[in-house]
Amino acid sequence: MLDLAISVGQTQTPEAVLFWVLAPLTVAAALGMLLVKKAVHSAILMASVMVNLAVFYIAQDALFLGIVQIVVYTGAVMMLFLFILMLVGVDSSDSLTETIPGLRPIAIVAAVGFGGLMVSLIGRATLGRNAIGLDAANSLGNVEGIAQLLFSKYVWPFEVVSALLITAALGAMVLAHHQSIQMRPTQRQLSTQRFRGKSLANAAGLPAPGVFARHNAVDVPALLPDGTPAANSINATLQARGDMLNSGTFELGKVDTSKGEEK
Amino acid sequence: MTTSNSLVYLIALPLLGATILLLAGRRADKWGHILGTLMPASSFAVGLYQLSLMLGRSAEERPVGQKLFEWISVGSFKVDAGLLLDQLSICFVLLITGVGTLIHIYSISYMSHDKDRRRFFAYLNLFIAAMLLLVLGDSYLNLYVGWEGVGLASYLLIGFWNQKPAYATASKKAFVMNRVGDMGLSFAIMIAFATVGTVSFAGIKEQVDQTSTGALTAIGIMLLVAAAGKSAQFPLQAWLGDAMAGPTPVSALIHAATMVTAGVYLITRSNFIFDAAPTAQLLVVIVGAITLLFGALIGTAKDDIKKALAASTMSQIGYMTLAAGLGPVGYAFAIMHLLTHGFFKAGMFLGAGSVMHGMNDQVNMRKYGALRKFMPITFVTFGLGYLAILGVPPFAGFYSKDMIIETAFNAGGIKGILLGSATLLGAGITAFYMSRVMILTFTGTKRWDEDAHPHESPWLMWLPMAILAIGSVSSGFLLSRGDALVNWLHPLFDHHEEHKHHLLQPIVVSGLALTMVAIGVAIAFFKYSRQEVAAIAPENVSVLTKIARQDLMQDRFNEAVFMRPGQQLTQVLVKTDEAVIDGTVRAVGQLAMSSSSLLRGVQSGFVRSYAALIFVGAALLIAGIWVVVQ
Amino acid sequence: MDAANYLYLSALLFTIGAVGVVVRRNAIVVFMCVELMLNAANLAFVTFSRINGDLNGQVVAFFTMVVAACEVVVGLAIIVTIYRSRRSASVDDASLLKR
Repeated sequence: MLDLAISVGQTQTPEAVLFWVLAPLTVAAALGMLLVKKAVHSAILMASVMVNLAVFYIAQDALFLGIVQIVVYTGAVMMLFLFILMLVGVDSSDSLTETIPGLRPIAIVAAVGFGGLMVSLIGRATLGRNAIGLDAANSLGNVEGIAQLLFSKYVWPFEVVSALLITAALGAMVLAHHQSIQMRPTQRQLSTQRFRGKSLANAAGLPAPGVFARHNAVDVPALLPDGTPAANSINATLQARGDMLNSGTFELGKVDTSKGEEK
Repeated sequence: MTTSNSLVYLIALPLLGATILLLAGRRADKWGHILGTLMPASSFAVGLYQLSLMLGRSAEERPVGQKLFEWISVGSFKVDAGLLLDQLSICFVLLITGVGTLIHIYSISYMSHDKDRRRFFAYLNLFIAAMLLLVLGDSYLNLYVGWEGVGLASYLLIGFWNQKPAYATASKKAFVMNRVGDMGLSFAIMIAFATVGTVSFAGIKEQVDQTSTGALTAIGIMLLVAAAGKSAQFPLQAWLGDAMAGPTPVSALIHAATMVTAGVYLITRSNFIFDAAPTAQLLVVIVGAITLLFGALIGTAKDDIKKALAASTMSQIGYMTLAAGLGPVGYAFAIMHLLTHGFFKAGMFLGAGSVMHGMNDQVNMRKYGALRKFMPITFVTFGLGYLAILGVPPFAGFYSKDMIIETAFNAGGIKGILLGSATLLGAGITAFYMSRVMILTFTGTKRWDEDAHPHESPWLMWLPMAILAIGSVSSGFLLSRGDALVNWLHPLFDHHEEHKHHLLQPIVVSGLALTMVAIGVAIAFFKYSRQEVAAIAPENVSVLTKIARQDLMQDRFNEAVFMRPGQQLTQVLVKTDEAVIDGTVRAVGQLAMSSSSLLRGVQSGFVRSYAALIFVGAALLIAGIWVVVQ
Repeated sequence: MDAANYLYLSALLFTIGAVGVVVRRNAIVVFMCVELMLNAANLAFVTFSRINGDLNGQVVAFFTMVVAACEVVVGLAIIVTIYRSRRSASVDDASLLKR
C-alpha cells in the first residue's frame, strides 16, 4: 500500500490521476464484459472501455486517434453491434455454464501464463523506459503529422487498406443479400388461390380482430358465431410471439360495468 | 553455307498429308489414297528441284541449310531445329521420295480391299516425313527426332493388321529391339554433348581434332549400336524377320529400301568420328561381315518368301555396313550399294507382294511353282532384280557389290583377306538362296493350294515394279559411270590417305565373284530344279538347316541371355520393391495414421477450442521469448 | 508518469479479450472480445509512439482501426447469415467442420 502510494506520488500528477482513476475502471469494465449474461450489457461495458481508451489516447498526445476512436468505434462500430444484437434478439441471455469440458481451466491457465509473462516482460524491458514524448513530432499539430506520414511513407498501405474496406463492404452486401428461392406470387395468382382454393370461407378476406366493439385492438381474436375465438383473425407474428390476449376476458359478464369510464 | 527456304517443304508436305488423313477420319476414305500419293510425289518434285539447283553450283557450295527455329537454348547449349541438304542427303531424299512414291502408287491397288487403306496411307506419309527429317537434320538431335519418328511409323505399319496377335507381337518386338539401338543413339548424343559440347554435325566435325580418341571411340561404338538396332545388324538383327508381318509395301519401303538403311546413313554421316576412332571403325567392319554371312545363311533355309527376302536385306545391309566401316574409300560404295539395293530389293518385295496378291496371300514358297506363265510381268521384273542382287553384269548389283568386295580385299593384310573372303562367300550364298527363291516360285511344277487362281496384278501394281526394275538394271551403270557417285560425294569425306596398292586387280575380283555366283546358282539349280520340291518342308534335315530355319538361334539366344535373366531380375526387384520400398512407405503411412488418430481429438469442430489452442500457443511463444531474454 | 503503465494495461486488456474469445459462446460477444484485443494492441501502439517520439505507431494504430472496421462488417454479416439459417448466434452450434 505504501509502495503504491509512493509510485502514485512519483507520476506527474494530472496524467497519473487520470490513469489511476480510469485504468481500474477500464479493467473492471472489460472483466464485466466477460462475466455478464446479457450480450447487450456486454456491449455497453465495451463502449465504456472504448471511451476510456480514447481518453488514454488523447492523454498520450494522440488527439486524432482519440477522436477517431470515439467517432468510429463508440459511434459506428458499437452501433453496428447493437443493431445486430437487436436483429438477433436483444434480451436473449446466455448461459455461462461451460459445455466443452476442460476449456475453462485451459483458458484460465493460459490467461494467467500469458498475462503474467507479458507483464513480467514489460517490467524487465530497459529500452524506452524514458518516454521521449511527442512534443517535437506534434509541433505542426497531431493531425498534420499523421497526414504527412500517411500520404508519403504509408501511401501504398493506405491505398491497399482502402481497397480492403471496399471489398469488405461488398462482401457484407453479398452475405446479407437474401435471394428468394421462388417467384413471389402475383396478385392474379393470389386471387386465383383465394377463389379456387379448398373452401370459399376466406374468399372475402380474413376476419378482422377485435370483440364486440369492447376491445378492437389487433391482439384480440374475433369471436366466431359459436363463441370460439377465430385464430386467423390476428397477425401470425403476434400469435407466434404469444402477444395475444384471450377474447374471453372481454365478455360482457366479466367486465365490471359499474365503472363509469367503461361506458 | 547457302540457305534455302524450300527445304522444309520436303518434310512438311508428307507430314501435312499424314495429319489430314489422320484427322479427317472416315470422310477421307474416298480420296485419302490419292492425297497420300500426291504428297510424297510433290516432295519428290521439290527434291528434284533442289538437285537441279545443286548441280548448278560448284562442289563446295552444294550443301544448303535452313534454320527452322531455335529449339533448345540452355546456357551455352544451343540446338536449332535446322535442315541440311548436301550431296549425301539428296541421294537419300530422292531415294525415299522416289521409291516412296512408287510404293504409294503400288499400295493404292494392293490395299484396295482393306477398309483401313486411308490409315495405311497416313502412316506411310508419316514415315516419309520422319525419314526425310532423319536424313535432313543438321544435328544428331534433329536426326534423333526423325530416327524415333521412323521407329514409330515402322511400329505402326508392322502392326497394321494388329487384330492378329502374332502381328501385334511382331511390331512390339521390332519396337523394343529398336529401343536398344535408340538408347545407343541417345548415349552417343549425350557423350558428344559432354565431351565436345555440341551436337551438330558441323560443330563436332570442327572439333574432332581437339577431342580425345577415347571419347570419339565411345561415341562411335554407341552410334554403331544405334545403327545395328535400326539396320537389323548383328547382334540386334532378330526383329527384321518378324517385321515382315506388315503389309508387303511396308516391307518394300521401310524394311528394304529406306528405314533399315538409316544405320548406314548414320555411319556415313558420322564419317569424321569413325575416321578418328579406328577401334570403332574396326567394330563396324566386323559387325558388317558377321551380319552379311548371318543373313545369307538364314536366307538359305527360309520357305517364307518375305522372310527370305528380309534375310537377304539383312545380308545386303551387312555389305553396306562393312563398306562404311572401311573408311573414306568405302563410304561412296556403301551409299552406291544402298541406292542400287533400294531399287532391286524394293522391286523384289513388290514382286513378292504381287505373287502373294495372286496366291491368296500365301507366303510359303513350297506352295508356289510354275508361276512364270501366269505372272509374266512379275516374273520379268523380279528376275531383273534377281540378276541385280546376284551381281551379274551389267545389272546394278554388279557395280556396287563388286566395288565393296574389291575395297574389302584392298583393306590390307589379314584383315583384307578375311573381309574379302567373307564378302565373296556371302556373294556365293546370296546367289544360292536367291536362285532358290526364283526356282521355287516361278519354275518347276505347280504345288498350289486348291483354291489358288494366280493371275497377273493390275497395272497400278506392275507399273512401279517395272520402273524399279529399270532402276535395278541401269542404276549401277549410271552411278558408277565415270565414278559419278564417288565424285559427287567426294567433298564430304576426308581423303587424306593415299590410295593403297591393289591386292587383286578389279577384273580378278569380278571373276572370283562371278565364279562364286555361278557356283551358288548351280547348287540351287541341282538341288531344287532337278529334284522334286516337297510342298511340305521335310523334317529329316541336317542340324545346320534346322538351326538356320530358326534364324540361327537368335531368338533363343536373346531369350536365354537377356529375357530370362531380365525377368528374374525384375522379379527380384519387385520383391525388393514390395518388402523394402513399399514397406517403408506403408510404415510411414501407418505412423502418420496412428499419430493423426491421436491428434484427431484436437479437431473437435468447436471454434472456441481452436481459439483456446491459439491462445495457449501464444502463451508458449511468450514463454519462449521470456526464456530467451532471461 | 512511467509510460510503461499503459503497456501493463494493454497487456491486461488483451488477456481479458483473449479469455473472452475462448469462454463466451455468443458470437457477438466473441466479436466484441476480439475488438477489445485489437483496442489493447492499439493502446500499446500509441504508447510506443509516445515512447519513441514519432508518429509511426499512431499511423499503424489508425490502420488497425480500419482493418478492425472491415472485420466487424464482414463478421457481423456472417453472424446475421448464420442466424438467419440456424436461429442461433452460438459459435458452438456452427461446428460442422468436425463432420
